[in-house]
Amino acid sequence: MAPFSAWMQAKGPDADIVLSSRIRLARNLKNTVFPNRLNDESAKKMLDQIEWAIGDLGSGWNMHFQKLDSLSPIHRQVQVEKHLISPALIEEPVKYKALAVDEKESISIMVNEEDHLRIQILLSGLQLKEAWTIADQLDDVLEQRLDYAYDNHSGYLTACPTNIGTAMRASVMVHLPALVLTRQASQVFTTLAQIGMVVRGLYGEGSDAVGNIFQISNQVSLGLSEEEFIHNLATVTQQIVGRERHARQYLQDNAGVVLTDRVERAWGLLTHARIMSSEEALRLLSEVKLGQDLNLLPQTESTFTQLTLLTRPGFLQSLAGHELQAAERDQIRAQFLRSKLRGESGPE
Amino acid sequence: MEHNSEPRQDRVKLCQRCESRPASVHVSTVVNGEKFDRLLCEECARQEGAYHFMLIPQFTIQHVLGGLIGASPTGQLRQAVVDKSCPVCGYSYKQFAETGRLGCDHCYDAFHEELEPLVKRLHGSVEHHGKVPKRAGQNILQQRTLDELRRKMQDAIAREAFEEAAKWRDEIRVLEGQPQQDQGGHSDGAL
Ligand SMILES: [Zn+2]
Ligand SMILES: [Zn+2]
Repeated sequence: MAPFSAWMQAKGPDADIVLSSRIRLARNLKNTVFPNRLNDESAKKMLDQIEWAIGDLGSGWNMHFQKLDSLSPIHRQVQVEKHLISPALIEEPVKYKALAVDEKESISIMVNEEDHLRIQILLSGLQLKEAWTIADQLDDVLEQRLDYAYDNHSGYLTACPTNIGTAMRASVMVHLPALVLTRQASQVFTTLAQIGMVVRGLYGEGSDAVGNIFQISNQVSLGLSEEEFIHNLATVTQQIVGRERHARQYLQDNAGVVLTDRVERAWGLLTHARIMSSEEALRLLSEVKLGQDLNLLPQTESTFTQLTLLTRPGFLQSLAGHELQAAERDQIRAQFLRSKLRGESGPE
Repeated sequence: MEHNSEPRQDRVKLCQRCESRPASVHVSTVVNGEKFDRLLCEECARQEGAYHFMLIPQFTIQHVLGGLIGASPTGQLRQAVVDKSCPVCGYSYKQFAETGRLGCDHCYDAFHEELEPLVKRLHGSVEHHGKVPKRAGQNILQQRTLDELRRKMQDAIAREAFEEAAKWRDEIRVLEGQPQQDQGGHSDGAL
């Protein structure tokens, strides 16, 4: 397993602000009870069916199927931290749950989360259309092998009526430090809620989420086509990117030395501290990232999303190769971040 | 929808469990129909198995379900609705009202009457306009194509472009699996 996913290389359009674009499709099998109601026999049968279908996709898709109970709890946690699967998938009991991931970790399929199948495409930068194209193709080849629950009137049928129709959630993960610093974030988010978009802090809540990382997604899944939903979200995202750039320019023009002082301090702490909680790390990394984007700080080989992942408890423990207590994690986290930012090869 | 609305305080809130680390996770739990909101640190949230912070639903079906479908003004579900169940999987409407989840794909038929206004409220629409699966939706795909061809044919007739209309008519016949009767004969535009 490569430590980082392909999207974390931050190569896509506007990837300095739009950390990732994600398309998630929910699909269920016809004449099969939804996952929350499966019994041992029916669960086993449907899991076998899906394992066969994914295996039968062939080498072009390169999907690696794994039953969740064959993975260690730390490994499961890492998959969540990499955004490959949802926290709900690793909730116990995990028997009859599975995931399939491609080599680049751009494509993942969750089996028996809330729905029988959740197909997810995760790309770097603002690439919602590109992600949809892949999701659409994968969905087609799966449908050649599986009988989907579909209704001409209501579309794809899901365990929860909030997801029916296209059964699609499109989302972007955005880094908005300047909108938060200039106190415009809550206003922007209120506007988004009014037009049917959901915003949440990725770490923590509300408009002062730790690390200034937010996820924006469509709330509604029925009534428009996938392309229309995606177009709406992409348009909104472009506007937010524009406002964030504008706020950054404003800070540079008006905050001068205060801004430089702030990002240099963040850099200083990250390159020298010996104990670092995950909250503090996220907060400082966000400021360092802002400093790098504005050319106030040197670039690092590791990208922001890679460094962010490095602060997560599961990922730290998988790197260490064993379980770590919270206090140990705070030390190892500080050690890893210090060496990554100083450009040293990682401590083993 | 209920989050993000209250003004944020600038000071850091401490975890309500360990009271030492800063709280970063908003955990909502529903016990016996009562909702409890707590702010926890990441570590405590994880220890409590409530590692939900990456997927906090801001708009859950329960919010909408409360006092809406099949519910009388007092908030009680009407008995007739409560007793309804899916003939295929046996799931009851009461279970749906409690969990916000359906039992199987046939539940959508069984509870159609109750679900339609709910879906309308959730999505602002009840009609799917998106992707049609190639196999499961073969009929509707063909229907959409036929509708489109018929529209083109009518349009051609309206323009008195009868040769073109005959061309569309033939395509419609092929799609409907009917033999093209005047194959080879000259089409005079009579439809
Ligand atoms: Zn705590
Ligand atoms: Zn049912």
